Amino acid sequence: MTTQTSPTAVAPAPESLLAAPDQAPQSDITAEIVAAHAEAERRIAAGETLPATLYDFPAYRSSILRHPTKNPRLVDPETIELLSPAFGQRDVAAIESDLTLQHMGEPIGERMTVEGRLLDSWGRPLRNQLVEIWQANSAGRYIHQRDQHPAPLDPNFTGAGRTVTDGQGHYRFTTIKPGPYPWRNHVNAWRPAHIHFSIFGSSFTQRIITQMYFPGDPLFALDPIYQSIRSQKDRDRLIGVYDHDLTSPEFSMGYRFDIVVDGPDATWFEPEEEN
Amino acid sequence: MNQIVHPHSPGSLVLGGTVTDGNGAAIPDALIEIWQADTDGTIPRARGACRRDGHTFTGFGRAFTTDEGRYEFWTRNPGAEPGKAPFFAFVVYARGLPDKLHTRAYLPEDEAALAADPLLAGLAPEERATLIASRTPEGGLHFDVRLQGEKETVFFAY
Repeated sequence: MTTQTSPTAVAPAPESLLAAPDQAPQSDITAEIVAAHAEAERRIAAGETLPATLYDFPAYRSSILRHPTKNPRLVDPETIELLSPAFGQRDVAAIESDLTLQHMGEPIGERMTVEGRLLDSWGRPLRNQLVEIWQANSAGRYIHQRDQHPAPLDPNFTGAGRTVTDGQGHYRFTTIKPGPYPWRNHVNAWRPAHIHFSIFGSSFTQRIITQMYFPGDPLFALDPIYQSIRSQKDRDRLIGVYDHDLTSPEFSMGYRFDIVVDGPDATWFEPEEEN
Repeated sequence: MNQIVHPHSPGSLVLGGTVTDGNGAAIPDALIEIWQADTDGTIPRARGACRRDGHTFTGFGRAFTTDEGRYEFWTRNPGAEPGKAPFFAFVVYARGLPDKLHTRAYLPEDEAALAADPLLAGLAPEERATLIASRTPEGGLHFDVRLQGEKETVFFAY
């Protein structure tokens, strides 16, 4: 089995691929995070408007050559930008929302469910929207072919799932809790455990890919990706809430993660769409 | 997900380009999504943008860049209302980008519509050029995305 396989159809590579050239100690990275937050606050106090996420965030080393240097152009969204791709319940199979059922056996790890609602900034549910997740396994290893972190792969866990929100904007996934994993941003860099979420709102301007974290993670303050979100309030919103009512007796731990998309859309001058 | 239409079907074309960083180096881990009107200008509303039925045009595509930083879609020309400049809505993701970036790729042909476009009219010529795709000899479209530096693509806030 040495045939060359095409590199297409692989998930986005994990952050561990790109080793920063300088390999700074954590103390330097932490100091850079603190300084960048202070600088952002100073600029806001001086009257500037900054995005919630700082693209120019050198503590996250791979942002250095990849962040746009010009301010984004303020644009009135038009036509297709005011709508989003149309999904329905037939776009996914029900089983795709259970990441523990994709193989012959059960994956190793702490079984969990995560559920929540997808809402717009007016608090209205977003129905029939595609929600995709991907994550490392319980040992902190992605199945991605470029992930060389020497933690075990789990033959019973791929780590990708998707679902479509129901009539009230609800989604629900069953999975196992991902582990933290090392990456090469700096010496002894570890990502807090997280699940990637990809969301479509009712307009393409609301398209978002984000991450859900877990309560009380000691790595939060050390992680330049998490800290590229400049306000504590916004960072807190990315933490799933442990909800004992969602915990199933003798089966799984339950987390709630509601997602609010922001940005202009066309829905408030359109009638509600029929299912 | 990068085949919005069947390759080589009537009206199909390849929309492709390279994603580069501030040193001009190819980005091998970018994800590009496009969302577009059909050639007659209608906005696809039929469900099935994820699991396509093989004949309905759903207008949404997703492509990962190759090790050489290149992305490609099989799709067809977007249309627009008369007098309006047709474009693809683009979203770009990559490692090192803590959030998405929005941009547009306009079709190059309708110069009157391009001249009348309110967004393009507000840009300097070198900025404007970053938003207009070029037509390849095969009838496809070429559109590079430069995240930083010389000829940096114009990205949007809404």
